[in-house]
Amino acid sequence: MEKFEVIIAGAGLAGLAAAYTLASQGTEVLVLERGDYPGAKNVSGGRIYLNPIRGLFPGLFDEAPLERFIVHEGFSLLAKERAVTLGYSGDELRKEPHQSFSILRSKFDRWFAEQAESKGAMLLNKVRVENLIEEKGRIVGVVAGGDELRGDVVVICDGVLSLLSEKAGLRTAPLPKNYALGIKEVIKITKEAVDERFGLQGNEGAAHLYAGEVTKGRFGGGFIYTNLDSVSLGVVIGIDALLKHEELDAPAVIDSFKERPEISGLIRGGETVEYSAHLIPEGGYDAVGKLYGEGVLAAGDAAGFALNIGFTVRGMEYALASGCYAARAILQAKEGGDFSSRGLSVYRNILEESFVLQDLRNFREAPRVIDNPRFFGHYPEMIGDIMKDVYGVPEGPKERLYLTVKRRLSLKELWAIFMDLRGVMKI
Amino acid sequence: MSDESRLKVKLGLDVFKPLKEPHIKIRPGMEKDGRLRPALRICPAGLYTERSDGGISLSIDGCLECGTCRVGCGSDVLDWNYPDGDAGVQYRFG
Repeated sequence: MEKFEVIIAGAGLAGLAAAYTLASQGTEVLVLERGDYPGAKNVSGGRIYLNPIRGLFPGLFDEAPLERFIVHEGFSLLAKERAVTLGYSGDELRKEPHQSFSILRSKFDRWFAEQAESKGAMLLNKVRVENLIEEKGRIVGVVAGGDELRGDVVVICDGVLSLLSEKAGLRTAPLPKNYALGIKEVIKITKEAVDERFGLQGNEGAAHLYAGEVTKGRFGGGFIYTNLDSVSLGVVIGIDALLKHEELDAPAVIDSFKERPEISGLIRGGETVEYSAHLIPEGGYDAVGKLYGEGVLAAGDAAGFALNIGFTVRGMEYALASGCYAARAILQAKEGGDFSSRGLSVYRNILEESFVLQDLRNFREAPRVIDNPRFFGHYPEMIGDIMKDVYGVPEGPKERLYLTVKRRLSLKELWAIFMDLRGVMKI
Repeated sequence: MSDESRLKVKLGLDVFKPLKEPHIKIRPGMEKDGRLRPALRICPAGLYTERSDGGISLSIDGCLECGTCRVGCGSDVLDWNYPDGDAGVQYRFG
């Protein structure tokens, strides 16, 4: 029977970050990936924030196959017949080091795997980890591709569904309210068309989020991120919303989004080259599972590390960081020769001191605050109506602006806005 | 183009390797269970269809392995697994 120091299930960002960090320190590590290559089963909306993780992987991302650095942020409220948009760009976004990049995971993960392999990590593709081997209450290896493989410690990085975390007793069956479905198309248009339509030059990129009618006023939204010569366009719908509201039909949601006049011009003449779907952890801090057990750790989406605060939706840097921290915890446990849960508990401490659990804790209320039907249904329509009146020039005389706006903001409405803002203050 | 054929065209863009056996199965006797009904709407690949007898059937080809049905319908009605290695969707962009 084969024995390794560390076995990692899943060559996504968390698994590869753990492998890269461990192999760099001379630890023997085997990564098992069920796809034909790392990234083959991975989907992301497509933007990563590098600031919090540059220090964990010094210099590594300078050569990474990233698409564009984001210099334009956009947020639109989509009403049924109109849209109101807020845009932001600034010199700070154009200056190096750039904070955020668009990214295509198949390309990126393959490259990252090569970096880990160059440090000495072993990677086995096309092998699914079917089960964990447990002996005397302790995980001592995995069953993969029908073979038993033993390790001092197993790192579970099998992604958002994390069937392995359930088997290890780190998580219970998933609750719909803690997940959203992301559906995405990669649409090829030329680099020139991306530059012109989004007002970009060189490697500058744009990111635009949409809320409201995209999901028929339910929890979720739409996004467009510019890649080099394509755009990643997609929708996100809370599984709870999807279950409850029969008017929502998942495949149709992305089609109606593409048909919106605000969107159709941006992708005109484009050719869809891939259609993908993936789940997203949306539960925040309260949905994070147990992070370690006897001989086992979990990192990335498998641990539930993701954060949606409306304007930014993040997961990849948490995966990269938690993979790296899992590796550091293992290195410490190795020094003490103790891979029991006591030896591995340092993982939690490292995470608590890092941006990973501090972000999740700071924004602990975000999932509950954001899951407010008024944000997705009422405000897009109301703000759209106000804009219609403010910008409109009627045949006859135009009403005073104050009265125009006041008409839409009754006392009852102002009170409801006040209550919503009280919720927002918790974020 | 109908919604259904539009979805078929999209799935046709993806690279799929043949599945030796279905990795997701409706548990025997659960075809008419209420918890399975949302699968008709929530599967982004539209793989669940209603039979003439009111039961629901699943045709696995084109599965994007997202897990929406697992989370939405639950393990009481679905026996859910990832496919073995060397099978299923292989994303080229991700």
